Amino acid sequence: MNEKTKEILRIVSEWNGGDFKGAFNIREDGQCAGRQSSENIRIESKKDAPGLEIYISGKARGETVYIPACVTHGDIDDLVYNDFFVEPGADVTVVAGCGVHTDDGHDARHNGIHRFFLGKGSHVLYKEKHIGTGTGKGLKRIDPVTDCELDDDAVLEMDTIQISGVDSTTRKTNAKLGARAKLIIHERLMTDGNETAKTEFNVEMNGEDSGVDLVSRSVAKGESYQDYHSVIKGNCRCTGHSECDAILVGNGRVNAAPELFAGDIDASLIHEAAIGKIAGEQIIKLKTLGLDDEEAEKKIIEGFLRG
Amino acid sequence: MLELKNIKWSLPEGEEILKGIDITIPDGQLTVITGPNGGGKTSLAKLIAGIITPSEGRILLDGTDITDMGITERSKFGVGYAFQQPVRFKGITVRDLLELAAGEKISDEKACELLGKVGICGREYIDRSVDASLSGGESKRIEIATVLARSSSKISVFDEPEAGIDLWSFTCLIDTFKALKEEHGESLLIISHQERILEIADNIIVIADGKVDREGKREEILPTLLHGSESCSCPMGRNLEGGF
Repeated sequence: MNEKTKEILRIVSEWNGGDFKGAFNIREDGQCAGRQSSENIRIESKKDAPGLEIYISGKARGETVYIPACVTHGDIDDLVYNDFFVEPGADVTVVAGCGVHTDDGHDARHNGIHRFFLGKGSHVLYKEKHIGTGTGKGLKRIDPVTDCELDDDAVLEMDTIQISGVDSTTRKTNAKLGARAKLIIHERLMTDGNETAKTEFNVEMNGEDSGVDLVSRSVAKGESYQDYHSVIKGNCRCTGHSECDAILVGNGRVNAAPELFAGDIDASLIHEAAIGKIAGEQIIKLKTLGLDDEEAEKKIIEGFLRG
Repeated sequence: MLELKNIKWSLPEGEEILKGIDITIPDGQLTVITGPNGGGKTSLAKLIAGIITPSEGRILLDGTDITDMGITERSKFGVGYAFQQPVRFKGITVRDLLELAAGEKISDEKACELLGKVGICGREYIDRSVDASLSGGESKRIEIATVLARSSSKISVFDEPEAGIDLWSFTCLIDTFKALKEEHGESLLIISHQERILEIADNIIVIADGKVDREGKREEILPTLLHGSESCSCPMGRNLEGGF
């Protein structure tokens, strides 16, 4: 691992400088920089494309598998396909952070296409943190695609966050849910400068009593632009909730287009959306506690993105 | 000691709300400002906190002219302020607000102590967001707790602390105000119509139509409020709000 990879891992992968415990695969500039399987989680290279096949046994409970990807210089367009096969009964955390760095004037891009196949009753917490670092004219791009199939009673929790520095991102998430399966997505996104971010969610609930809870919190600062489009389809008795909140700072712009489709009389779908600048009264309240304007804005945004 | 000297304030549209207020809030005592709705009480509280600035007059705290200080500077100088309508934040927790108010990290025990003073169980609320999931009464009590968490207030201003609070919590609040005054010697200024708050006041100031209608010791002023003033022709003489 080079030093830049180590810096990125500290930010996106909960890495503290020691060895990863359990199963992991570190991707550095399109190459494998380290891999380890565990007793219950087997990681293999894909045979037909760049990427991994990750087999998670039903005996895996409370384990974490790390699959960070780092791009450490320009002129790299990294494309990777990772498939997760999760056996019934497994309960694991997947940490899939990604950092893209360039300061040599060339563009740097990582495009991770992840497919999840969750067996009956399995539970996966998927944590994904993205960041771009480095200066210069080279653009930093991250374009993740996540396709998920949840068998009956499976639960997938996705906690995704893009901190800063990514010039453009297009994030696509598609999911199909079986009976009583639950998909919980919590997306947090902050853009600044001339950055652009596009988010697309497409969730189909095909099994009785399945449910999705989709929460997106974003902050658009500077001249940045965000585009949000979610589609929740309820094809049976099911519940769907999506919440899209955005704060505008400076000349930031946000387009939010939520879409709900109810294909069954017992599909119960809700969408909530709010876009606006920070309320003046929030700033005033924090000022009465001794914060100045800048500190108050920072605190409000921190809380908003954390919550 | 807080001194307001000839304070005048008008709405941007020009209507004069405060028409020359001269009052003194003594140290270590509980002063209640009361009076009819629309009389200028909340405007006065906001002027003290620096949220609005007077068109005329000066505000002095412990002899220092704070008229030109901003909200942050006044807070740091020792002015605490609890809003009449609590502000909600998505994602900011009760603990966050208490720690910002205290200016330091606070222990669970300390948080429970502060929230207990306003009738809230700390363990249940400390990690909750101060957002729309809280009821009006819960938000109000947390708002008051943020002022109680401050350790450096020379004066704490509470704008209608009773609004939206249930009877049991209100009793806690009364006890808290008494303790602040008697045990800690803090200067408290409360905007209120509530008889039970007026009953624990050292001093009462009645503001009506943007002016000081009367002021003095509780023993002197409270009976005129409860029984109606001589100048009042309103038939609702015993109603506090209607009695002015």
